[in-house]
Amino acid sequence: MSRIGVAFDKARADGRALLVGCMPAGFPTVEGSIAAMTAMVEAGVDVIEVEIPYSDPVMDGPVIQKASDIALAGGVRTADTMRVVEAVAATGAPVVTMTYWNPVERYGVDVFARDLASAGGTGLITPDLIPDEADEWLAASDAHGLDRTFLVSPSSTDARLAMTVGHCRGFVYATAVMGVTGARARTSDAAPTLVSRTRAVTDLPVGVGLGVGTGAQAGTVAGYADGVIVGSALVRCVLDASSEAEGLAALRTLSAELAEGVRNPVR
Amino acid sequence: MSADALAPVAGPQPDSAGHFGRFGGRFVPEALVAALDELDGAWRTAMADESFRAEFGALLRDYAGTPSLLYEARRFSAKVGARVLLKREDLNHTGAHKVRNVLGQALLTKRMGKTRVIAETGAGQHGVATATAAALFDLECVVYMGQVDTERQALNVARMRMLGATVVPVTNGSRTLKDAMNEAMRDWVANVDETHYLIGTAAGPHPFPAMVRDFVRGIGDEARQQCLDLTGGLPDAVTACVGGGSNALGIFHAFVGDEAVRLYGFEAGGDGVATGRHAASITGGSAGVLHGTRTYVLQDADGQTLESHSISAGLDYPGVGPEHAWLHDSGRATYLPVTDDEAMAAFELLCRTEGIIPAIESAHALAGTVALAPKLAAELGREPTIVVNLSGRGDKDVHTAGDYFGILDKER
Repeated sequence: MSRIGVAFDKARADGRALLVGCMPAGFPTVEGSIAAMTAMVEAGVDVIEVEIPYSDPVMDGPVIQKASDIALAGGVRTADTMRVVEAVAATGAPVVTMTYWNPVERYGVDVFARDLASAGGTGLITPDLIPDEADEWLAASDAHGLDRTFLVSPSSTDARLAMTVGHCRGFVYATAVMGVTGARARTSDAAPTLVSRTRAVTDLPVGVGLGVGTGAQAGTVAGYADGVIVGSALVRCVLDASSEAEGLAALRTLSAELAEGVRNPVR
Repeated sequence: MSADALAPVAGPQPDSAGHFGRFGGRFVPEALVAALDELDGAWRTAMADESFRAEFGALLRDYAGTPSLLYEARRFSAKVGARVLLKREDLNHTGAHKVRNVLGQALLTKRMGKTRVIAETGAGQHGVATATAAALFDLECVVYMGQVDTERQALNVARMRMLGATVVPVTNGSRTLKDAMNEAMRDWVANVDETHYLIGTAAGPHPFPAMVRDFVRGIGDEARQQCLDLTGGLPDAVTACVGGGSNALGIFHAFVGDEAVRLYGFEAGGDGVATGRHAASITGGSAGVLHGTRTYVLQDADGQTLESHSISAGLDYPGVGPEHAWLHDSGRATYLPVTDDEAMAAFELLCRTEGIIPAIESAHALAGTVALAPKLAAELGREPTIVVNLSGRGDKDVHTAGDYFGILDKER
């Protein structure tokens, strides 16, 4: 079983959901992003999702796009993100990456998989790669023992849901709302339905993302999902801070709140 | 001819998943797959439906004003050294070939029972065409437009608003067409149930490239017959400008099977491809994935999209439709860059010789034709006949062109 799978199992045994926190590599700087992710782990985030910045992130909302733009303007390269993965993996927390397909293809699919595995990454979440187009990635992730997380959506048909989870390894990412990333006042009613539809066709853990920003929301999602994925709300802590120290403090506070949330699932 | 605009013809087709060789396909969030499948089904069903074809044909004829003329530009021809036949898409309602695509997609939107259309636009031509069709079909319409483009195409912004559309200036990234497309994709993911994304060019995820090509294919079907009627034969070459590439595919498609007819696509060379400030994705880019499709893309070593540059907002896009990438690889069509200066020289030449103000986009096709004519004449040993797709009119570009030529009176 993959390292992520082990972490999910442990959380499940503890009667809670796993907390996955997302941050773009290189935001606000390469070192700054390592510090941010390390602070998140220290404050209770179980798994770090390192987003590799891309110029045209169509599944991300304005907060993550802005952070990605800052990272890219600062000159972050795909190779730098491997360094971030390595540094954060050294904390002991499982590190999964997320990015759009073009940077992976440009890096070289097999080389990317090799470098990610050797940096200690567990796998890749692919927001704009569906299994239908993923032959090269299926082969490379097999060759280097990496997890594959494809997205499922409320609009996925039962046939597509089964096909998609059949190609996943590690965990499945359920997009809770029809829309892009970004904290919302309410999480979606569609999410519990999607999670139960997904569970009907796989034993893999199911993480829910898009829209979670508070401990209470994390508790709600933890009531029906195996993992709670938080991105924009964490990124905003850094984006809105007037200093690095202030950003890290805000990150720790929110991470702790979310960690508390996933430990108090609302069922 | 319009009534048969969707009649099946032999010609290159993608596979069932929308792959043109190694290009095309679908690189999209799973959330959009159901909508793309629905669209694919609606399009295929409509194509096989006589009543849809008749309705589309009637709209093209009675509303858009097609078939557009094929006009022999004698004074321009004399300057160029070729017999130049202009396919006058500039005379269509809304001033460009794009009306064909939007009428087809608006009809499909109605068939799918959707009530809202969204669109991206660069020069504003596609936005105006979409707003026009939305008014005609009583659809809510939101147009995303890069902030830079809303400034340089202010007249078209006003036109869209007059037609009842909401224009949203996009302030992300380079604030041009690619960013408008990102924003439209985001809207679509969030509102896919009631919304159709009316993509303005033969790019994006399957089925858009093949579907848009089918809706604009009448350009070439008409031009081929008109050329036969006028000259008694086929042209030696067909030329068009290429941004996303719908006007070029529209005119190329009917000629792809005519091996003796050379096909030329002229990309926006901006300040020159060597300067890096251009929008020539095939000439100066490399294979990659952008906006849902694999094609030629302007990108850096890490696959980050590079900003494109062109005096023409409609060509200012760092990608190109996947069918063009395929026609390039197969060698069936030839793609060459045309600089801003070359395009503007041809713009002026057409104004002065024919009394026709072309869109700056179309001026790239004219400039490419000017350069091509003597080479083709030398090769053939006679005056060549060249059909040029005059894809749009230049009313929207008067300010840009006036600036370029320094002929605007200074404001006090």
